[in-house]
Amino acid sequence: MLKVGVIGVQGAVSEHIEAVKRAFERLGVEGQAFWLRRPEQLNAIDAIILPGGESTTISRLMQRNGLFEPVRKLGGEGLPIMGTCAGLILLAKEVEGAVEGQRFLGLLDVRVNRNAYGRQVDSFEAPLKLSFSDEPFPGVFIRAPKIVELLGDKVKPIAWHGDEVVGVEQGNIMGLAFHPELTEDVRLHEHFLRKAL
Amino acid sequence: MERLQVIEAKGTERLKRGFARMVKGGVIMDVTNAEQARIAEEAGAVSVMALHKVPADIRKAGGVARMAPIEKIQEIMDAVTIPVMAKVRIGHVAEARVLEALSVDMIDESEVLTPADPFFHIDKREFNVPFVCGARNLGEAVRRIWEGSAMIRTKGEAGTGNIVEAVRHVRLVADNIRLIQRMTDEQVYAVAEKFAEPYLRLARQIREISGLPEQVLENEPVYGHYTYREIVDGLYKILLEIKKLGRLPVVNFAAGGVATPTDAALMMGMGMDGVFVGSGIFKSSNPEKMARAIVEAVNHWDEPDVIAEISKEIGEPMKGLEIEELEVRLEERGV
Repeated sequence: MLKVGVIGVQGAVSEHIEAVKRAFERLGVEGQAFWLRRPEQLNAIDAIILPGGESTTISRLMQRNGLFEPVRKLGGEGLPIMGTCAGLILLAKEVEGAVEGQRFLGLLDVRVNRNAYGRQVDSFEAPLKLSFSDEPFPGVFIRAPKIVELLGDKVKPIAWHGDEVVGVEQGNIMGLAFHPELTEDVRLHEHFLRKAL
Repeated sequence: MERLQVIEAKGTERLKRGFARMVKGGVIMDVTNAEQARIAEEAGAVSVMALHKVPADIRKAGGVARMAPIEKIQEIMDAVTIPVMAKVRIGHVAEARVLEALSVDMIDESEVLTPADPFFHIDKREFNVPFVCGARNLGEAVRRIWEGSAMIRTKGEAGTGNIVEAVRHVRLVADNIRLIQRMTDEQVYAVAEKFAEPYLRLARQIREISGLPEQVLENEPVYGHYTYREIVDGLYKILLEIKKLGRLPVVNFAAGGVATPTDAALMMGMGMDGVFVGSGIFKSSNPEKMARAIVEAVNHWDEPDVIAEISKEIGEPMKGLEIEELEVRLEERGV
């Protein structure tokens, strides 16, 4: 029984829960996906997803409800964690355009730029290339962050928009600048869940 | 590496509705200047709504309420990194075009401002920027979604600090959805015809005022280039989706009258995806504390012990107004 918690303080939480459930079906594994809002829910968990939303808001609320430090510790100890959009920002080691005093988990060796593509009118959809599949993936970028630099060689690209890296993984940690949870395609959720199997 | 052909699409329905999904579980705060915007961001708001005056002051001032001054909106956009929304008058396509040109993140076609078009709302499908619109009942919500609204909010009674009207609107929408779920598809189609009637009624009004025959022909457009039948079919599709989902197919927030952390918790408990707060914050005795408390209350809406803790020492909420004593009912603007 695989237990996957989606950090449920703000943002596209239910969309990730639905996507994880579909991925369970496709992988043929028994699993449970749930809203993760309290530190005590971190006991006996197999994977965590940090959803899209407002990174400033999610960071603040995670600190206030006591999720921030334990999640960082679990990630450091090897628990699979995936962050999409705002979640990628929260996982990054370095963030350009951060609000003063905003804190990050620092689990992924990348430098990202918040809102690098511009405002909502610049949000876009585009087909992406994945490292582990020949079929293009539908990329949905909403006020997306940009991965501006890979810091070191532990972090590997897994998704490209043209020549630009838009998704990476580093052992147990995965970060995507876009929103797979807003599409029907669950290949990236499956790829992530395999880390927890 | 083999090069993948990159074709980009902007302003799609997925991007518009997706943007609204990213603010779920959050609080969107009305602000009138950069300083208030920073207070909102610092308190954990997911977005700010740029407007000229908060609803309580619009009520007091009277006169025509319009889109906020451009330099104020720009000042607010420069002050914060969270998304910035702004209000336009109902039906004011030109104000909306200007806000889109300014790259505002979302437009609120709002009854809180003086309506510009006495008949119709903006056809929001013609824009790349997403829209949010108010609704008091399922009919209004479905009409706005068909017109392209990516998000719905209750109208409530803005500027009163009185939650009663927002509660009424949530209840009406929820009860109507449950009713739709018990209906056959034929019955749902009849509801679609009923919900399309305001377009027909308004089109007839225009003809009547102009001294033309009231009768609208089958192939004659009644809203934009859409005929009555095309509108019915559009509304029917949305109603079938609602029947299947058991909720609106877009994000639904509470607005109008939220003044305390418990008001926010009440709305979340009634199934809202998040909360808009206007006068409730900047008309309270300690805006910073009230803003932070409402953000936390939305996050912990189902934990009364936490809400109790949050509600301590937040100062006086705004005074509030009795609905029966109001001279102007904002929620009645726009059907």
